[in-house]
This record gives sequence, structure tokens and C-alpha cells, in this order.
Amino acid sequence: MNLRRDVFQAIADPTRRAILLLVASQSMTAGAIATNFDTARPTVSKHLQILTECELLKQEQNGREIHYHINAKKMKEVADFIEPFRQMWEDRFNKLETIMKKYKSK
Amino acid sequence: MVQKTKINAEDGKQELVITREFDLPLELLFKAYIEPGIVEQWMGTKVLKLENKKHGSYQFETTDAKGNKYGFNGVIHEFSPNRKITRTFEMENMPFGVQLEFLEFEQLTDDISKLNMHVIYESAAQRDQVLQLPFAQGINMAHNRLQDVASKLK
Repeated sequence: MNLRRDVFQAIADPTRRAILLLVASQSMTAGAIATNFDTARPTVSKHLQILTECELLKQEQNGREIHYHINAKKMKEVADFIEPFRQMWEDRFNKLETIMKKYKSK
Repeated sequence: MVQKTKINAEDGKQELVITREFDLPLELLFKAYIEPGIVEQWMGTKVLKLENKKHGSYQFETTDAKGNKYGFNGVIHEFSPNRKITRTFEMENMPFGVQLEFLEFEQLTDDISKLNMHVIYESAAQRDQVLQLPFAQGINMAHNRLQDVASKLK
């Protein structure tokens, strides 16, 4: 099985990306996650299953409840993970460079 | 296009290093960090206060498309013109804590300068959260757009 490709397939879906965002701030039960979406509960369960299978989410038994939390280590393997941060600085610094070049020629 | 900005964030560490070379003389690069009007332009924020001196402080305020305001502030610990700024940075009302930043400015040639930004966080977990932030915002924006589209379809 090509696990790495699966990770990218997992985050290619907007609902699954939104789930990752939700769970990134705090671990949550499937029910709590589902209340954030208009999608039917079984659909959300399916998304959670896919995210868990490719190890982007981890399950944790908490008494009778199962909490989902993010697997930061796996998230880091996704190239996208650090790229937006880098891109944010790249954009800022490009802007800085453009502004100061104009400043110089004034 | 060549990616000029490099991020070095080693696994499990509470620090990261951002480096960038600029096609600018050192003095102009440094000026971009100390002139409030210029900082406002490239950082996309309003500068409420910027005291470029030891024990000085700074305050920025950014307004998003929806009109929400976000505050940023810090204290300057070392200020050596054209060489180094050591300062703290904090996002107000956010759970990311305070970070310590060492900005080193270096002249490579008459027209090329380099910035080395060494950032230290309170913990490795906190660093990873800050690293994830633009990723999360990207997801969030995509999600909001999706909701906008979905609500129009209803």
C-alpha cells in the first residue's frame, strides 16, 4: 500500500482538512466533530476513519468516549505542513524587497 | 521562481531559523525594519508604536477582511543599527505564548544583504502550533469559502 499517497489523498478533501483544523486546537469526540458540519454523521465517521487509517488522527479511549487528536508527527510528513508558513514569509520578504527597491530609486 | 526564503525547523526542537537573502544594500534592509511606514507596507499591519532602542517596545494591529482586529506586541532587548535586533513577539489573546527573536542583518556584497532570524519558543509543542498556523488558516479560508458556496446553493 502506498501510505504516503494516501496521506495526500486524505488531505485533498476539504471536509477532512476542516476536521484536521478542528482537532488541531483540541482533541474531540466524533459527535463533537460532527456538530461542526452539515454533513450526515456517517459521512463524518467515514472521514474520521480515513484520517485515522492514514495516521493523521489518533484515537484515545477516555472512559466510555473516544477522543480524536492530531498526530503532529504524521502531519509533519505532509510537505504542505510547513510550506504555508514558509510561503507567508516568502511573500512578506518579496514585498519588502519590492518596496525597498522603489525606495532606493526615489 | 527561486524560493529565497528558507526555514530550518528541526524535529522536536523549540526553535526555528528563517533565512533570506535580499537584493538590497544592508542599510535598506535594516530601514525596512525600523521605519513604521515601511513596516506597515510589507507586514500588512498598522504600526501603533515602534521604539527602536534597548528597552523600547512595539505594538502592531492588523485588521482582517471581516473587520476583526488582531494585536501583536513585543519588547526590544538589543538594538544595534544595521547589525542586530533582539526582541520578543507576542500575539495578543492567542494561546501561543511569547517568542524570543534574534534578527541578524549581514552585508554580503554592496547590493546583497542577508537576514538570519532565529526564533525561540517556550516549548517544542508551541513552536509546532505556530508553524501550523498559516496551514490552519489556509484550511480555514478554504472551509469558509466552501461554506459560502454551500449556503448559496441552499
